[in-house]
Amino acid sequence: MAAIEVNGKSYEVDEEGYLEDLTTWVPEIADVMAGIDDTKLDENHWEVINFLREYYEEYQIAPAVRVLTKAIGKKLGKDKGNSKYLYELFPYGPGKQACKYAGLPKPTGCV
Amino acid sequence: MSILHTVNKSTYERDTLEACVRLAAKGGSVLLIEDGVYSAMSGGNKSSVIENAKGDLSFYVLGPDIKARGLSEDRLIDGIKVIDYKGFVELTVSNDTVSAWL
Amino acid sequence: MSDAKKFMYINRKAPYGTIYAWESLEVVLIGAAFDQEVSLAFVDDGVYQLMKGQDTSEVGIKNFSPTYSALGDYDVNKIYIEKESLEARGLTLDDLQHLVWEDEDEDWAEKDSIRVVTSAELAELFDTQDIVLSF
Repeated sequence: MAAIEVNGKSYEVDEEGYLEDLTTWVPEIADVMAGIDDTKLDENHWEVINFLREYYEEYQIAPAVRVLTKAIGKKLGKDKGNSKYLYELFPYGPGKQACKYAGLPKPTGCV
Repeated sequence: MSILHTVNKSTYERDTLEACVRLAAKGGSVLLIEDGVYSAMSGGNKSSVIENAKGDLSFYVLGPDIKARGLSEDRLIDGIKVIDYKGFVELTVSNDTVSAWL
Repeated sequence: MSDAKKFMYINRKAPYGTIYAWESLEVVLIGAAFDQEVSLAFVDDGVYQLMKGQDTSEVGIKNFSPTYSALGDYDVNKIYIEKESLEARGLTLDDLQHLVWEDEDEDWAEKDSIRVVTSAELAELFDTQDIVLSF
């Protein structure tokens, strides 16, 4: 089992780097995961990560990219609710990459 | 000899509960667990299975299973007792044998 | 889209006792990503999937009932409940979750997703589908 080190604590991740136990998530995990991908998280990233965590809390699933895009558009405005903006923030795919940083499983329907 | 019968299937989907009450000897206990708890609800067209048998058999339902399924205790058929896991163990101990109807 | 096919998922099992209900929900969510015309039918013990107030904290199974509320986000907004199945179980629409979808074209107006239909009406709906999947 792979693991990542955050603040001297070890967190188990699966073979694709997703956190095994989402209840153990702390924000620093996102920073460390982003560092592995050579990304530095700014407030725009956090807006999406926090949104995803709230979505999971409410619906118990990680939303598909299309759903995420639409919901972000509704909550944060059309200039953010489009795939160009989200792919610029998360070039590996807003679903996969942002969900990973948020400690969520891979979005249902993502292969 | 006293027997505790457990039934874990909905009476709307299978005839397990009907078989159980037909074959259980008078004085026995029937505990509804998992999907079996749906059979304990009043007002349905299969509620009669328990209504007709409750004179001869004691019926119990596992509380955590009704809670999981969003069923409310005040809509259970009169006379059915709600028990928790501890009560399940006690029933198992106080009967001579347990028969699990699948 | 002209090549969109009409998919209907029929749900006939209670949640938790078997894995069918959750499997169906996952397949629906995955399928919804492909821009097909999706509808869901809840019949027989499947109507129990939508019961309000499910709390699985004491049985150690994930409570997936909140996920049905996400269906609207996935553009799955045709949810049919068989009237006869509800009545046989002593249930009414009030016992079930209130599922809605938001119409983007009408300033996100909330609209009901659930429709209670008779067996005869459901049979007609089946007849218009390209693909029917039963769980």
